[in-house]
Amino acid sequence: MRWLKRNLVVLAGLLTLGYLIVPNIVVLVFSFNKPAGRFNYSWQEFSTDAWTDPCGVADMCGSLALSLQIALWATIGATVLGAMIAFALVRYRFRARGTINSLIFLPMAMPEVVMAASLLTLFLNLGVQLGFWTILIAHTMFCLSFVVVAVKARVMSMDPRLEEAARDLYAGPFQTFWRVTLPIAAPGIAAGAMLAFALSFDDFIITNFNSGSTVTFPMFVWGSAQRGTPVQINVIGTAMFVIAVLVVVAGQAISNRRQKSALPK
Amino acid sequence: MTDTTAGGDVRLAGISKTYGSFTAVHPLDLTVPQGSFFALLGASGCGKTTTLRMIAGLEDPTTGTVSLGERDVTALPPHKRPVNTVFQSYALFPHLDIHENIAFGLRRRGVASVKKQVAEMLDLVQLGDFAHRKPHQLSGGQQQRVAVARALINHPQVLLLDEPLGALDLKLRRQMQLELKRIQTEVGITFVHVTHDQEEAMTMADTVAVMNGGRVEQLGAPAELYERPRTTFVANFLGSSNLIEAEAVDTGSGEVVVTAGGGKLRLPADRCPEGVRTGSRLLVGVRPEKIALTPAAEADSVAPGRNTVTGRIAASSFIGVSTQYVVESPAGKALEVYVQNVEHRAGLVPGAEVVLHWSPEHTFGLDAAQDIAAGVESVEETP
Repeated sequence: MRWLKRNLVVLAGLLTLGYLIVPNIVVLVFSFNKPAGRFNYSWQEFSTDAWTDPCGVADMCGSLALSLQIALWATIGATVLGAMIAFALVRYRFRARGTINSLIFLPMAMPEVVMAASLLTLFLNLGVQLGFWTILIAHTMFCLSFVVVAVKARVMSMDPRLEEAARDLYAGPFQTFWRVTLPIAAPGIAAGAMLAFALSFDDFIITNFNSGSTVTFPMFVWGSAQRGTPVQINVIGTAMFVIAVLVVVAGQAISNRRQKSALPK
Repeated sequence: MTDTTAGGDVRLAGISKTYGSFTAVHPLDLTVPQGSFFALLGASGCGKTTTLRMIAGLEDPTTGTVSLGERDVTALPPHKRPVNTVFQSYALFPHLDIHENIAFGLRRRGVASVKKQVAEMLDLVQLGDFAHRKPHQLSGGQQQRVAVARALINHPQVLLLDEPLGALDLKLRRQMQLELKRIQTEVGITFVHVTHDQEEAMTMADTVAVMNGGRVEQLGAPAELYERPRTTFVANFLGSSNLIEAEAVDTGSGEVVVTAGGGKLRLPADRCPEGVRTGSRLLVGVRPEKIALTPAAEADSVAPGRNTVTGRIAASSFIGVSTQYVVESPAGKALEVYVQNVEHRAGLVPGAEVVLHWSPEHTFGLDAAQDIAAGVESVEETP
């Protein structure tokens, strides 16, 4: 009983972790399955077929490449624009600042399906050909809000005197930005960029409305789920999961090393 | 970019700063002699930091010019001025280690032998072992020294210090005051120091400018400001003063005689505002530590020629080195008296009738047409 009391927090933590990780484990396990029919829903026997031939399913790797490409460009676009908006909103006083501040939240607050339908209406009325560019425009737009929020939080906590100190120490406007502003804002910008990448990569609803005949990876998964789920989907899912975990762990390790090396010898 | 050989005074001519309808600094002329330790003293919001920032170039003056020596630098951006600042919050770059923080200015100017100079500077501020730590791993006092080193390494013509000791505890602050004074004497650079702490200003500076409401109230050496304040603000802000409302009754022969609270007081004419005539209203001031207390029963023992006022002790507090009395008197409701604890005086307890007496040359006269309480209790810590 006393043991339970003392370790309650740890126990609760482990249970929550389990809750979060079990779905991923299932995806991982079933990526080694050899399903009997077209659906990979019940365990049959162990096999590495899907891992040795990840692009064995028609069109899947093409859709994956497209999704990565869109996610990359949308991340770059949203991060550059979003970071600039965040700096403008925090650092400068201008007309309509308050309005912009609240409008920025709109894409986060609006139901995605509504936004998707509205965007489609807009694109159709403008006579824009649906496809890669409409998806990219839509993704950049909704990622923007998240980048602004992430960067804004960071910029708000930045002491403006740091930049004054840089200017005072012979750094011109560009040097001040490059040597002081950007490195200090970097964690916020990186967080915003990672969020944007993840959001863009797995977006389904908005993409589905505005893609025309273009097929991204989430759309491919959705489409194939109607007819049968190839094991390769689990392979891609697992690979993405592992890469994400590695990125996080590497980031942690680097910051730990820095902390340690900075300690007195 | 910096020219360390060509020194020169810092000259502010008609400089002012307004934000919308608010005037932070009224047109101001100020000359800081080369190589001096100059303090701008005032309560928060008096315009002292704005003045400093205009010298640094971080704030554009609304009117007027800033000159360093013969050169007008008003239009130069901060990174082109041979001036460096130690900020109140230190503003050390959190992403750079101590070595790189100190090297920042040298690197921006493309100076060679950065490593050697940084090492020398680290030795000067006694932080040689901390070169590869990050700022947040240092204590407040150490960070403060890094901030000074980061500015000084550039050999600026003028070093600006914006309340650099405000965040330190009292003991460390005293220590750093002496340290900064030592460094200033050693490097001979002009220091302009902004502070709200009057003791700090008096301890460190050769010349103090007392600012109030965007104007310089009085400028001079610390002792001169203290002994001969010209406004009630200076009298009350620098230490404390007893100010007594009085009326001049005789102004002949280098001496002014006034009546106050039914008695007569005398003070030298040159310690009075100009143009004092019989009938002029005056505020007569005397510092609390200049006053001696004698029990009323022994009033005869007071030397003739001294200014005397009678009263009753309302309160006394023993603070070790001295005892502070508050005396009620017809001349003023609460006169403060500080008596050194040299010998124990039995009769000096609350309720006792006493005679306050002091030498006429310790008395100063101020124009009565000003707020008698200006500058009182405005010395509290500002965040």
